[in-house]
Amino acid sequence: MKHGSRFARSQRMTVVSAILPFVILIVVLQLWLLTATVNAYLGGDRAVALPAALVSLVCLGLNVGLLRYLYRLD
Amino acid sequence: MSHTTTDAPVPVGTRSVPPDGASPRKQPRWRRDFPIDWQEDDYVSRRDLIKYVVLTSGAFVVGQLCVVYKSLFARRATAFEASAVASVNELAVGGAKTFAYPPGSTPRLLVRTGARAFVAYDQQCTHLQCPVIPVVEQGKLHCPCHNGWFDLRTGDAIAGPPQRRLPRVLVEVRADTVYATGVEDAAT
Repeated sequence: MKHGSRFARSQRMTVVSAILPFVILIVVLQLWLLTATVNAYLGGDRAVALPAALVSLVCLGLNVGLLRYLYRLD
Repeated sequence: MSHTTTDAPVPVGTRSVPPDGASPRKQPRWRRDFPIDWQEDDYVSRRDLIKYVVLTSGAFVVGQLCVVYKSLFARRATAFEASAVASVNELAVGGAKTFAYPPGSTPRLLVRTGARAFVAYDQQCTHLQCPVIPVVEQGKLHCPCHNGWFDLRTGDAIAGPPQRRLPRVLVEVRADTVYATGVEDAAT
């Protein structure tokens, strides 16, 4: 049974507080990206859809990575 | 009710360990309902917030993929049964008339731009749905509500608030009659 952790409770609190703004920043970036993509699509520009989706996917990967890191702190 | 055989301390929730160190199943009902220590509460709630923000991030990716799907596979023009909308002699060059195509649609605008040249668009401005007016001598369509301008030849938005082109109605001249044959999506 695993009791030990690399970080004490207060340290884990610091880590989670540090990660939260990054995750929110990335999500706001994704929101802007989706808005810009839909605007371009409705304006007849279809070329941006695929690159924007790939960038959004990378953002999701970053977010999932940060969340996994948090769960691995326990 | 079954009990676990081990008496070793078992974490309840994340890092919370009951004060007696006994199995979660041996804890009183209230502690099983509220298994997270108050010291852990901020950490767990903040981590859960991050979890839901990451779910939102996934939802944005799904939205992006929907746009990709639509841009790759959506139909660019919808064909309907051809319908006569005007005779060639009905309109002078530079003249216009409204019609509905397919029946029951929003108003469409047919404009005669040459001897046998016609163009047709949705009459509603893509900004706030005001009716557009042809200005044939300038080769434009004008929306007087907010001073929006569209190219008469292509339907593209060229000035003012509108950001999207006017949906185009495909027209053909057969003998002395103008037929509408389909409608292009706005996003093409």
